[in-house]
Amino acid sequence: MNRLLAGPSPAAGAESAASHIGRLGRLPDAGPHFIDTLTQSRIVGRGGAGFAAGTKWRAVATHSRDNAVIVVNGAEGEPQSQKDRLLMSTRPHLILDGAFIAARVLRARGVMLYIGERHTAARDGMMRALAERSEPERALVATQTAPARYVAGAESAAIHLINEGVATPTTMPPFPFERGVDGMPTLVHNVETLAQIALLARHGAPSGTSLITVAGAVAKKGVLEVDSETTVGDVIKLAGGTEGWSRAVLIGGYFGAWADTAAAWDLPLDATGLRNRGLSLGCGVIGVLASNRCPVCEVAGIMHYLANESSAQCGPCFFGLRALADACGRISEKGTSREDIARLNRWAEQVRARGACRHPDGTIMFLQSALVTFAPEFADHRPHVTKLAA
Amino acid sequence: MNRNFVLAVDRIKCDGRGICAELLPEVIRLDDWGYPIIAEDPIPDHLLSLAQRAVEDCPVLALAIRRADKAKTNGN
Repeated sequence: MNRLLAGPSPAAGAESAASHIGRLGRLPDAGPHFIDTLTQSRIVGRGGAGFAAGTKWRAVATHSRDNAVIVVNGAEGEPQSQKDRLLMSTRPHLILDGAFIAARVLRARGVMLYIGERHTAARDGMMRALAERSEPERALVATQTAPARYVAGAESAAIHLINEGVATPTTMPPFPFERGVDGMPTLVHNVETLAQIALLARHGAPSGTSLITVAGAVAKKGVLEVDSETTVGDVIKLAGGTEGWSRAVLIGGYFGAWADTAAAWDLPLDATGLRNRGLSLGCGVIGVLASNRCPVCEVAGIMHYLANESSAQCGPCFFGLRALADACGRISEKGTSREDIARLNRWAEQVRARGACRHPDGTIMFLQSALVTFAPEFADHRPHVTKLAA
Repeated sequence: MNRNFVLAVDRIKCDGRGICAELLPEVIRLDDWGYPIIAEDPIPDHLLSLAQRAVEDCPVLALAIRRADKAKTNGN
């Protein structure tokens, strides 16, 4: 079956090479024409921009003189996301297949596995799978640990860490396809994108599915593989339903957007469809706000986290996100003031699109969607009284 | 030849000294923390020499003049 998580139960752990090959056959050979197949497949990356994989491969192929580098991005710095970890720890051969096809087609001299430092089971799964691969394949691969920071998964941050040991984004240009790892043309793909590419090489068509993580106030949190017709309501039902009434859902993780649960219920989780509505599937986290959580305080907490996760390189991001988080914090602790609401709106406009990476943009998308979705709560927030005795 | 130019700032290099906004207030204003916000429109012809001056006078060399049509590509 043409699905990422087809095959043995994910609970069984990393799939062996024998099971993987028995199920899917050997990895077919692929030449330069595979880039056409990839372009036609409309597979897009899982960064918020939804960038076409085929376009990225074409750019690297144009620059590669048998010296390209493939970076397998398994940093997964999004706090509530589980999908990349699950894929690495259960379907490592699918990811390696994708990386090795890329290495062949783009005439790469190396493959770098870039895995989050806390993702132990994922790293174990990938290393065990690598040990089962052929000697020429193994000789291509090196590994690098990604620090547990939100920005560590950004393409230029991964390359910066591999080159200089610092996981902070860099100014583009030069773009990775021009000068990346060791100054070589570099392709960075999320592990799920590589797994999709491995299925495409075998079946001639993409699976048409995405991995999403259902988080927050649902009965069964976890990872689901959904097709493009599956709605927000469907995945909440698949996750056992909400615990009580739900005011809102956060679609696409911390760089995503809030929406009223009722309004979003019939919304399909289709990357293109969401983008046309100004939303983003992004990392694929669907976060359900618990009925007993105050939206304003929840937003203030996440803004505080995202301000702290700025890599402190660009002034508008470092100072701007801090100021925005502080304003949210004041409203949360002391109650609504008209001045702070005006500041939030003004600063959000000032900060957007003014960083070397997308950290400020993602954070502003999150905040502006919160200001719209939770407009009544932000307009009239009062400090919560803490009970001294139970 | 009709070529459109814009000012581009390297956000990592920029220290928010604000000299560019003093030289070229028609194109550059400062945000609440002193960092430049640059107009997206092409630089008017009569300001091009001042824009060049702003590029040269930036103490951290964070400003550049770029062709407006150079498409930006990005993604992950």
